[in-house]
Amino acid sequence: MPRKTLTIKSKVESLSILDEKGNVDADLDPKLNTQKSLELYRLMLLARRLDERCINLQRQGRIGTYGPCRGQEAAHCASGILMTPEDWVVYAFREPGTAIFRGWPIEHSMYFWGGFEEGCRPPEGVNDLPMCVPIASQVPHGMGLAWAMKLRGDPHCVLTYLGDGATSEGDFHEAMNFAGVYKLPCIFLVQNNHWAISIPVANQTASQTIAHKAVAYGFNGIQVDGNDPLAVYVATKEAADKARKGGGPTLIEAVTYRMSVHTTADDPTKYRSDDEVKAWEKRDPIARFAKYLKKRRILSEDLEQKIENEIQTEVRAAVERYETYCKSVDPSIVFDYMYADPAPEIVRQREEYRACLVREGVLKA
Amino acid sequence: MPMPELTLVKAVNRALDEALSLDDAVVLLGQDIGQDEGVFRVTEGLLKKYGPNRVIDTPLAEAAIIGGAVGMAAYGLKPVPEMQFSGFFYQAYHQVENHVSRMRNRTRGRIGMNMVIRMPYGGGIRAVEHHSESREAIYAHTPGLTMVIPSGPRNARALLLTSILKYPDPVIFFEPKLIYRAFKENVPDEPEFLPIGKAQVVREGTQLTLISYGATMRPTLEAARDLAEDDGVSVEVIDLLSVAPLDTETITASVRKTGRAVVIHEGHRRCGIGSEVVARIVEDALDCLEAPIKRVTGYDIIFPYFSREAPYLINAERVKHAAKEVLEY
Repeated sequence: MPRKTLTIKSKVESLSILDEKGNVDADLDPKLNTQKSLELYRLMLLARRLDERCINLQRQGRIGTYGPCRGQEAAHCASGILMTPEDWVVYAFREPGTAIFRGWPIEHSMYFWGGFEEGCRPPEGVNDLPMCVPIASQVPHGMGLAWAMKLRGDPHCVLTYLGDGATSEGDFHEAMNFAGVYKLPCIFLVQNNHWAISIPVANQTASQTIAHKAVAYGFNGIQVDGNDPLAVYVATKEAADKARKGGGPTLIEAVTYRMSVHTTADDPTKYRSDDEVKAWEKRDPIARFAKYLKKRRILSEDLEQKIENEIQTEVRAAVERYETYCKSVDPSIVFDYMYADPAPEIVRQREEYRACLVREGVLKA
Repeated sequence: MPMPELTLVKAVNRALDEALSLDDAVVLLGQDIGQDEGVFRVTEGLLKKYGPNRVIDTPLAEAAIIGGAVGMAAYGLKPVPEMQFSGFFYQAYHQVENHVSRMRNRTRGRIGMNMVIRMPYGGGIRAVEHHSESREAIYAHTPGLTMVIPSGPRNARALLLTSILKYPDPVIFFEPKLIYRAFKENVPDEPEFLPIGKAQVVREGTQLTLISYGATMRPTLEAARDLAEDDGVSVEVIDLLSVAPLDTETITASVRKTGRAVVIHEGHRRCGIGSEVVARIVEDALDCLEAPIKRVTGYDIIFPYFSREAPYLINAERVKHAAKEVLEY
């Protein structure tokens, strides 16, 4: 009965393929073809330009509080593009690129942050849950979807996004535990952006990594450079392949950085230094990927400009669609989706509200 | 055709069995519901009959049970999670408030939560603390939920079956554990359904309306009988069955006839179901009232520990006392 060190079956790895200077580890490079490479580049750039536009819209009062994703484009886009239509994606709220890839209209972000429920309506045929504000509460949903897949015998997987702050919540641990117990086809992707509003990750957990929290639940964790789209892609692909084959869940910690504010209602100068932000600017995922693609001669200056112009046009068109929609909205539709078959008390309240709006001149009789 | 006599616990078991058998999307999940067949034996025989993919023993985590059921429902299953006691439901309440009740609305009708969350509620079984509460008002107050409470074996079976198979929105289903085994009723062999949101007039009368639901239907009916037999009062009794939505029409139609009402429930008085019933009578039938409405309810205190529980529980005498005050006003 000696004291000895146990051998734990679960494995924790760390992965980096493309560094901030654009150097690539040739052995680990997934060598995405031109089409896939450009699709990913375009998606990341679109997420960034949409992000910038939404911040402007907020400053101009055209949408409400906005939660940006700047700096986290690789962490979410390079994982999201691996999901097939039969897979499901469960969002936190900093993954607009993945949502657009999945088929959500660009303006869904504006609806959501502009205060319209329509921002949470998955388009027909898109197997996603909507953005989720209460931290970590979406993690059991991803687990439950995967559970249903397993019970149905469907060979798909679920990608669930969460942040470093969410790993302190009970819901995260409960979902991880169930996923391990039932060996569910789950990918839990933690975007460790270092800050949960004002709390640095060092004050969020005493764990050496977030990735190795998986060990306690009996499956593997991997920490990747979250600003390295190739590392995110490879780790997610391996996790997805494993999940779809019945190999169970994976926890991916994508180490990235929240380059912007928590939301537009937040002032990060109160709690973090400019030097820290500047240091991370050098590790920008989009600039890094552009360098790499240029080296591979997939991207040229001309093509870069062309993509930029196309994205600007798309975002502008999305803003127009959003603002046209805003004008047409009937405030009494807030009653319409409470129940499939609303009880008389709800129907009566809807009539009461409509009459009130007519009386106040908001609606025409 | 002979109708079997079942207790409430057996009737719930029957409904779960029928739901599992009639619809392969139905999945039961919860703590100790499989191998152990439930701490009240509600799920007796179901694991054996349907296997571990339909009747699932889960780890001990309420939020993951309900949150997992959200994912299952989004995928098209019809999960029926059990909370072992309503006192432990709070550890999943954030899932109910933030997701179960909101998903249809948030997704503009794209994703509904066809889910029935069952749990035993109420006092009277000499249980340790946290096992005796009646907090239906919390869920009745939560938009997007439907709050159903049966009062006997036959309506328990029909309401549960309807909630699982025919009602597309999330139902919180409270089972009055005090009467799980208190009495038997004839339950028809064929599946029986009851409309959700509809109260029943279980006794007709003209001079007084007693309104209750769940376990307190028994003292309420006993009081009605005594008032009729001993005092010659013609008493109407309404069993709400669903406390959200609330069947305003049945309540006010009765009070328009009788002019007098008493509302009875074990849950707390302040902002309780009775408050809502009284408000609706006042809004819609004030001109017909012959006397102030009385509430016979639990008090606004923590439910007593079990050695002080028996005198706290509502009995027929208390209902009769209130009824006489209303009748003699």
